[in-house]
Amino acid sequence: MNTSQPRARWSDKLAQGCRSIRIAFLGLAALGLQYTKTSLLIAIALSFLVSLVADRINPYWLYISYDIAISIIMAVSLNLINGYTGQFSLGHAGFMAVGGYAAAMITNQFGHLNFFAADGIFAVALLAGGLAAAATGLLVGLPTLRLRGDYLAIVTLGFGEIIRVIFQNMNSVGGARGLSVAHGWTNFFWSFGLVAVTVYVVASLVNSTYGCGFIAVHDDEIAAEAMGINTTKYKVTAFVIGAFFAGIAGGLYAHAKQFLTPGGFGFMQSITFVVMVILGGMGNTIGVILAAILLTLLPEGLRYLAGIEHVPGIAQAFPLGWIGDTRMIIYSLLLIVLMLTRPQGLFRLRKRKT
Amino acid sequence: MLQIKNLEVTYGAIGALHGISLSVAAGSIVTLIGSNGAGKTTTLKTISGLLKPKAGAIGYEGKPIAGLPPHEIVKRGLSHVPEGRMIFANLTVRENLEMGAYLLRDQKIVRHELDFVFATFPRLKEREKQIAGTLSGGEQQMLAIGRALMSRPKFLMLDEPSLGLAPLLVKTIFERIVEINRERGLTILLVEQNANRALEISHSGYVLETGKITLHGDSASLRQNPRVQSAYLGG
Repeated sequence: MNTSQPRARWSDKLAQGCRSIRIAFLGLAALGLQYTKTSLLIAIALSFLVSLVADRINPYWLYISYDIAISIIMAVSLNLINGYTGQFSLGHAGFMAVGGYAAAMITNQFGHLNFFAADGIFAVALLAGGLAAAATGLLVGLPTLRLRGDYLAIVTLGFGEIIRVIFQNMNSVGGARGLSVAHGWTNFFWSFGLVAVTVYVVASLVNSTYGCGFIAVHDDEIAAEAMGINTTKYKVTAFVIGAFFAGIAGGLYAHAKQFLTPGGFGFMQSITFVVMVILGGMGNTIGVILAAILLTLLPEGLRYLAGIEHVPGIAQAFPLGWIGDTRMIIYSLLLIVLMLTRPQGLFRLRKRKT
Repeated sequence: MLQIKNLEVTYGAIGALHGISLSVAAGSIVTLIGSNGAGKTTTLKTISGLLKPKAGAIGYEGKPIAGLPPHEIVKRGLSHVPEGRMIFANLTVRENLEMGAYLLRDQKIVRHELDFVFATFPRLKEREKQIAGTLSGGEQQMLAIGRALMSRPKFLMLDEPSLGLAPLLVKTIFERIVEINRERGLTILLVEQNANRALEISHSGYVLETGKITLHGDSASLRQNPRVQSAYLGG
């Protein structure tokens, strides 16, 4: 009597979870390994269709799916900078903050206007957020990308912190109290449609003849320079495009959480995205997408386990409550184990069209 | 074709080149020999713009090029094969070669150059779609030279093409260098530790010792020079 109730709920939730994951993977499968325009359109259409039946999906899982989409956009765009171009950036959350705050300011100001449909204003706000982040990327990138390796990492880390502190002290966006976002416009269509666009743009960019330059800069900067490749231009380009999509992800984040605090864009956030890129295998888009999904679900999954006091059916002999208390420790340990067993990433090297 | 006057280059406070002067005539092969740390690689890197000189002038076809960024210098027809076969390990052989033609806009010319490189190094044609990092040392060196040829240079700088290669491969590489020089009229500045072979194929040579030119002349007379023989030719 006591155990049958939680058991039903447990299996229910599990089935629901599996369904949502399956939906996410369907979108991925549509993208396939080739990033053609058709698969881009199919993925966008799929995310639109899913958004039509979104009210039937458990809101918790829907919410997690937005988190997954945001993580994928962040990781794939960071992969262009860290993975393909080999520039170690530790400030990606800073660009996300710029995009998030910019988009939120716009929808808070103009969201109530009825000139266009809400989606129109949202699109403009997301784009503006992306552009604001891209402009910041250009501003930061031009002077700093002459640096290499560790030095660049330190400078970008500093930049991320500066952004956070600036928002913390800007009273017009609420400072440390945070900014509430009036409209929760992020939905399945926008989040996964933009995942498709990001993956398509980054993948077709690095697979183009022009895009080989990014990999050339990564492989050997001196040789690339000796070939007449303007390496600074390539690095800045990667930085600006990466920042643009991070800004878009920031906009999605703002309108999913409906609340922004500067603390949400700290150093640890940036590290999480870097871990996704490394775990996915630097310069492997599919790997990075899977790592982003995994690392977003992992803490949620552990949180979920924490809700169970003991294994259903078996009485108090095997208490599981401790999982909740040590959730983040388990998460960190799993990361260490993954890094030890797959230091080259879940997938090795990039998949290349021949 | 290339004149260097009193070139000085420093790494921080440490001087690498203390005012060297040399000239390379159009259509010739000139070799720069010297032991480790003499400044051979520094000289090439400065010519191709990877390093900025502290003082002195570099004239190419009568125009000063010292201090220009590398891509400007490549545009003028100077191409540099860096030491240690710096190929792009994650790109395919073909993509590596295409990167060499990065500054050429005309796809017809790129295709033509590609055919020329494949004709010069048939091995590269066989490996066209292979990821360059999986090539053998000799193949990587061929790729590095082929990549430099893709930019249609008039002046080619080779930094130790024989480094770490099997003797048979060294022979092949040197034969190709002579062939490229003869058939294309390409001027070549060759840096080598393998002084014997380098002096065999070159027209004239310079001996570089701790940042200074200590000897120069035509290759035949350098080979007879007792100082060169004892220091670099193992005689």
